[in-house]
Amino acid sequence: MKAAEQFSSPLWRDRALASAALSEMERLASAAAQKTGGRVNFMEVCGTHTMAIAASGMRRLFPKELKMLSGPGCPVCVTSQGDIDRVLALAEIPGVIITTFGDMLKVKGSKGLDLHAMRERGSDIRVVYSPLDAVALAAAEPGRQVVFIGVGFETTAPVIAGAVARAKKAGLKNFSSTAFFKLVPPALELLLSDPENKIHGFMLPGHVSAIIGLEPYRFVAEKYRVPCAVTGFEPLDILSGVNMLLRQILSGKPAVEDEYFRAVRAGGNPAAQALLAEVFTVCAASWRAIGTVKDTGLEFSKAYEAFDAVKRFKIPYSDAPEPKGCLCGAILLGKALPPDCRLFGKACTPSNAVGPCMVSSEGACAAWFKYGG
Amino acid sequence: MAVLEKVVLAHGSGGRLSRELVENVFLKSFSNPALKPLEDAAEVRIPGATLAFTTDSYVVTPVEFPGADIGRVAVCGTVNDLAVKGARPLALSAGFILEEGFPGALLERITASMRRAADEAGVRIVTGDTKVVERGKADGIFINTAGVGLIPKGRSLTSAAVKAGDVIIVSGGLADHGVAVMNARDRLGLEGGIKSDAAPLNGLAEAILKFPGVRAMRDITRGGLATVLNEVSGACKLSAEVEEEAVPVSVQVKNACALLGLDPLYVANEGKIAVFVSPAAAPKILKAMRAHRYGKHAAVVGRMVKEKKPQVRLLTAIGGSRIMLMLEGEQLPRIC
Repeated sequence: MKAAEQFSSPLWRDRALASAALSEMERLASAAAQKTGGRVNFMEVCGTHTMAIAASGMRRLFPKELKMLSGPGCPVCVTSQGDIDRVLALAEIPGVIITTFGDMLKVKGSKGLDLHAMRERGSDIRVVYSPLDAVALAAAEPGRQVVFIGVGFETTAPVIAGAVARAKKAGLKNFSSTAFFKLVPPALELLLSDPENKIHGFMLPGHVSAIIGLEPYRFVAEKYRVPCAVTGFEPLDILSGVNMLLRQILSGKPAVEDEYFRAVRAGGNPAAQALLAEVFTVCAASWRAIGTVKDTGLEFSKAYEAFDAVKRFKIPYSDAPEPKGCLCGAILLGKALPPDCRLFGKACTPSNAVGPCMVSSEGACAAWFKYGG
Repeated sequence: MAVLEKVVLAHGSGGRLSRELVENVFLKSFSNPALKPLEDAAEVRIPGATLAFTTDSYVVTPVEFPGADIGRVAVCGTVNDLAVKGARPLALSAGFILEEGFPGALLERITASMRRAADEAGVRIVTGDTKVVERGKADGIFINTAGVGLIPKGRSLTSAAVKAGDVIIVSGGLADHGVAVMNARDRLGLEGGIKSDAAPLNGLAEAILKFPGVRAMRDITRGGLATVLNEVSGACKLSAEVEEEAVPVSVQVKNACALLGLDPLYVANEGKIAVFVSPAAAPKILKAMRAHRYGKHAAVVGRMVKEKKPQVRLLTAIGGSRIMLMLEGEQLPRIC
């Protein structure tokens, strides 16, 4: 239990410490706002941060100058409609067992169907907690094809790389995975290269950074002069992360600071990086609302190509439009907040979600709906 | 057109959709004054006495898990539904739907466990029914239990009676059952000895009801404390304010929930109740609960407040606040 206590000890939710951090924030934010035109906009890139901010009810405690925007960091949310359609096409193949994390069950494809509905129609779809469970299933069911739905960022990709490497070692011919992986640093570059962006600082994802380290973010501070703080997920982590960003604005010296140093090392996790480099190569990826952008994702390397579900079953990609009226795209880019969407809380709720930001437990819309922003 | 297009899994989650199913389909068809409050058990008046009457069906995979099994849960769940209405359980029924091929030894373990739970609650299983269905037409075993209890004269517990200023007490650590079952079902390998809390709480309820000032008690099962508070808030038209730090959740369960992306306030229990009491009675009742084996970790978690627009609110550890809705959809583990 020791490690767990270190990560989430009650100290990270201590009211007196939080209140001290918040008064500091008031002071810093009002000074910083004078340098940024009256408002300070920070983006929490990661969906887990979005959820943590909402769950701790801290939005109401923030200084009025500060606005936290949700970014493109929820694995389900950034997966393009075209890739969701490919997942559903895989589920339609007779005899295939689809294994997936629970979050993917209710993302609708362009025809309005989701995996949940496919299951009701007879597809064999199973929720697993780890891709290793999917590999074990493939070993236990040699007569069936088992496909794992791999989506996500640098956090989940190594786990899936590990599972695929194990399947290869075991000589499993009936296991494959999708590789709809996205990379966080190029996503930041996408946001920053938009001249209309109004982001004054990035709260960077703790889990992704534990894998990739700090170096890949350096360009944000150096080329774009935007402050960065790699941040943990407890309330005090988030408050400290915000204050780090505010101080960087005030000092005029943007940098990549590490608030989450109890988990994140500057060099990241070399073993995970090596695994990623062995199993995957950088490729173009298709992002919801952004489109296909080169060098922003991961696909299987030549040595592991045989495990690519999309290639094994020859599933073509075709662009598909976003659900009508859905603002997920704008929300992912930090250009809108969930309540700005006309569907939010009306036609679109977690029980009957229109867009992926309402489906995923990490999605901005789900967080705002569940916790009231 | 039917109000309900088709049944989805979330209709059984105990949350908002379950509530809608009950209101739009069952209540619509069966409407009568005893059913209408939609509480854990119905009050049925007969000359000279008031009975509490309840039924519940049990479907759980696996059928045995750390701390309990489907049989223990089936007895405790029905006993607790009676107990929270202030009723003394008189008799239970047990109906079994068995799938062809179900192992006899396992069935005997389950019935022995039911007997032990019934003995502990001081109630007998006096009638029953068995159906066997073909392989594949059921998942091993489904159990239905019903129970009748006697509500002693002068006792009346109902969510509608909860008043502004009333204190909310929870009888112990939340989410043990849901996490223990998930851990066993999905072989998550979570350590720390997380066990189901399934227990008959009629003894605890009697200990509480020795004191005046108890307005209502609720069995906290599927949908968790958040769902119970929303139901009570809806019935008494008051807001509920809960202090996050005061809610008892064991460290192991808290960590497990953090890992899986679950909120312990929405996870199922099978041996926990929420008690709504007058502020004056709260200290004595809390003391009495803590003296009982199933109330050792009882805690005051919040209070009811009068507001224009009633809602359920969580006052967070760091001093923030957020709303707590009923459970939406199913609880699904997250990706990262």
